Amino acid sequence: MRKKVLTTPIKDEDLKDIRTGDLIYLTGTLVTCRDVAHRRLIEKGVPLPVDLKGNAIFHAGPIVRDNGNENYEIVSVGPTTSMRMEKFEKEFIAETGVKVIVGKGGMGKNTEEGCREHKALHVVFPAGNAVLAATKVERIKEVHWKDLGMPESLWVCEVKEFGPLIVSIDTEGSNVFEQNKVEFNKKKEEQYELISKQVGFIN
Amino acid sequence: MEKVQMNKKQEVEKMTDIISKFITLVSYKLPKDVETKLKELSAEETNPLAKIIYETMEENQKLASELKRPSCQDTGVLQYFVKCGDNFPLIGQLDNILKQSVYKSTKETPLRHNSVETFDEYNTGENIGNGSPSIFWEIEEDSDKVEIYTYMAGGGCTLPGTATVLMPGEGYEGVVKFVLDRMTTYGLNACPPLLVGVGIGTSVETAAMNSKKALMRPVGSKNTNENAAKMEKLLEDGINAIGLGPQGLKGSKSLMGVNVVNTARHPSTIGVAINTGCWSHRRGKITFDANLNYEIGTHEGVTL
Ligand code: SF4
Repeated sequence: MRKKVLTTPIKDEDLKDIRTGDLIYLTGTLVTCRDVAHRRLIEKGVPLPVDLKGNAIFHAGPIVRDNGNENYEIVSVGPTTSMRMEKFEKEFIAETGVKVIVGKGGMGKNTEEGCREHKALHVVFPAGNAVLAATKVERIKEVHWKDLGMPESLWVCEVKEFGPLIVSIDTEGSNVFEQNKVEFNKKKEEQYELISKQVGFIN
Repeated sequence: MEKVQMNKKQEVEKMTDIISKFITLVSYKLPKDVETKLKELSAEETNPLAKIIYETMEENQKLASELKRPSCQDTGVLQYFVKCGDNFPLIGQLDNILKQSVYKSTKETPLRHNSVETFDEYNTGENIGNGSPSIFWEIEEDSDKVEIYTYMAGGGCTLPGTATVLMPGEGYEGVVKFVLDRMTTYGLNACPPLLVGVGIGTSVETAAMNSKKALMRPVGSKNTNENAAKMEKLLEDGINAIGLGPQGLKGSKSLMGVNVVNTARHPSTIGVAINTGCWSHRRGKITFDANLNYEIGTHEGVTL
C-alpha cells in the first residue's frame, strides 16, 4: 500500500504507477456528479457545463448551506453507490476526459474498460464519514444545473488532500471488488458447510 | 378544565422539545456500545487499509460531535420502538409528539429530507410524511413510564432488509444460507462492520419485526435461548471468516455482531428476516417518567 497526493489537472503519467489497493488523496477540482448528470450527458447528449478534463468527479449528493450572494458551504457530503452509474461511466469517461471517479462500493466491466482505455481511476471514499469529507472541501467554486435540486446539482468544489481514497479500479482495468467477490463467495460456501452441520435444532 | 388543558399542551411541547434534541444527539454521536465495539475492532485490525478506514471513522465521529453535524449525510427515516405504560399521561399524544419531534429536529440539526410521498412522488421537504416516521408500539401494564428507542440509518443498509418464509424441511440450515447469501451480495455495500439483526418467526412480518428489534439490542448482548445464542455465535464467526472488512474492502473482522430475536412459528413455516445495521448505528434509548423526567440509556456523559 502506497500513499500519494494527486493534484488536478491530472495527466495520464500521474496515474501510471497507481494500482488497486493504493491510497490516494486529491487536491484541486472535484465535481459532484451522479445519476441525472450522467443521464443528461450520455442519453440526452446535453454537454456538461464544466470542463472535467483532468479533473475528478464525486458520486455524491451533498447537504449545502446557502449563505446568499452565490456563496455556498458544504455541511455534509458522502459517497452514494457507484454501481448506479455503471451503465454510463465508460462513455462518460470517454466524453469528458475525467481522470478520477470517487464513489462507494465497486463498479463493473464497463467502467473497467473505460478506465483502461482512457487512463482513469475509480476510487472509494469510506462512506458514512460525511463531516470529515465536508471539512476537506475548501470552498464551492461554482454550481451548475441547479434545476436538478440540491443533491443532483453539479457542485464544483475545491478540495485539499481529500481522502482517504482507496483505488478500486486502476488504469489497467484491474478491479478489486470483482476480485474480492470471488474470494468472499468461496469462503462463504466453506462457512455454510461448517455451520449447517451444527444447527440441526429440528429433530 | 382550562388549566388542565393548558398543562397538557405545555407537557406536549416539553416532551417534543426533549425528543427533538435527543434525535439531534443521535445524529452526531454513536451509542456507547457501538463506540466501544468500533474501538475494539479498530485495535484488533491487522489489514493496513482497513486500519485507515477505522481511523477515518474515528476522526469523523470526533468532528461530528464537535461541530454537532450529522455524522453521515444519510439520516434515514426515523424509526421508533415504543414501550408505553398504560398510565403514562401523554399516551394519547405520543404518536403526534414523536412525529413533530422529527420535524423540529430536521429544521434544527439539519437532517436530510428523506420523506417522499408514494404515487404522488414528491419530497415533502419536511422529513415527515404519511406514516413517516415509523412508530412501532407495545403497551406495558401497570406502568406510568415510557421507553423509546430511536433509530436512524439510511437507504443503503437497514431500510432494505429482506425476509422469506422457509419450509421446515429447509430447517435452520436454510436460515444460515439465507443470512450468508445476503452478506456477500448486499452486506458488502451496506457499510460494514455491520450489526446483523436476524428475526425468526412464523411469517414475513413477524420475522421482519423481530429482525429490526434485534438491532435495538445492545452490541455484545446474547439471546437467552441457548440454541439461538449458539446460532448468533456461529453466524458471527462465519461472517467474520468471509473477510468482508470495513467498506467491503477486506479486513480481519466484518461485524459488530449478530443479534437474533425469535418468536414461535406455525408447524409448517419458518419465517426468517435480516436487517443489516451499518457501522454508523445511530440508535438511542430514552425513558420518561410520568413527570417527564428523562433518562438516556445509550449515551454516556451527554446533555440535551
Ligand atoms: S450505510 Fe450507513 S454509514 Fe453507510 S452511507 Fe448509509 S447510513 Fe451512512
